[in-house]
Amino acid sequence: MIRSEVLKTLIPMISDQLVVSNIGLPSQELHLLDDQPTNFYMLGTMGLASSIGLGLALAQKAKVIAIDGDGSVLTNFGTLPTIANNPADNFILLIIDNGSYGSTGDQPTYAGMKTSLAKVAEACGCDNVVECSAEDTAAAVQAALDGDKMTIIVSKCESGNIKVPVIDMDAPVIRHRFMAEVSRRNA
Amino acid sequence: MSINQKIVNDFIKNKIEFVTTVPCKQLAGVIDEIETSKDIYHIPSNKEDEGMGLCAGAYMGGKRSAIIMQNTAIGVTINTLVTLIQYYNIPLPMLISYRGEIGEPVACQVEMAVHTKALLNQLNIPTYHFHTQSDADELDGILNHSFMAKKPVAILTDASFWQGA
Repeated sequence: MIRSEVLKTLIPMISDQLVVSNIGLPSQELHLLDDQPTNFYMLGTMGLASSIGLGLALAQKAKVIAIDGDGSVLTNFGTLPTIANNPADNFILLIIDNGSYGSTGDQPTYAGMKTSLAKVAEACGCDNVVECSAEDTAAAVQAALDGDKMTIIVSKCESGNIKVPVIDMDAPVIRHRFMAEVSRRNA
Repeated sequence: MSINQKIVNDFIKNKIEFVTTVPCKQLAGVIDEIETSKDIYHIPSNKEDEGMGLCAGAYMGGKRSAIIMQNTAIGVTINTLVTLIQYYNIPLPMLISYRGEIGEPVACQVEMAVHTKALLNQLNIPTYHFHTQSDADELDGILNHSFMAKKPVAILTDASFWQGA
């Protein structure tokens, strides 16, 4: 399974949840599969989906799923100790680990070689780290949503992309409709 | 009241509840004050662009946020300032120690100081330079301005400002 296929299996359980999605194809695929006001699409700034997701989870009560990639976590490694030491039990970090920089032409990442992001997350002090196959990702996300513990999921999937259009929604519009939804859920 | 207390009081007055910091010697006192404040959640970050991501998330979660960092961070965060903070119209007060100004003991700090205002100017970020303690009287208004305009603002605080503490 490739990332877009994994995302497709997640839609039934994340459609109504607050989701922060990573720059590039992950956001574009989510937008194509299931555009929702509960989705915050990153149009730029590689690496910060997990940081935005953690800040959002710490600031309010609703559950937050940050959908990140292995390349993006590698570029913002400092995020894992911050997540570990500021636990938010309403936060789920889902790292779609396809061992490649998908949006830029599938160049290999170190996560697809010797580096284990799950072990790094554990070494950084994250308590609930789950590594799973692409096929088991939906069940892992559902279990994390059912529990009330901050969870890091590393979903090992295949490299590969589908053709998706870019998101033409303006950034302040994405933010504004997302914030209205966050506010409604915390009313 | 110490200058550190005054700064934190102005943060609280402007309903800032979430502050991330990357330390600098000049900022040690104000970071201590943030850490002990009951009204502010202090989350140290490992790099300033990470910190801006945390602040953006907290803001969208309904908590006003701010970052405290050194001017060297301008070099680290240009992409984040442009493609996240400015692109999405997110307010972000940045309290910045302006290293490399008169009184600076470390020559290397001057190398970034000579670029600091030029870079902020290039990015169209409203910039305020605190040189004496009385300059901090403007802080309340500057913070209010950032949230009103939904823009990042830079408050540069130099060695002369902190020596008066």
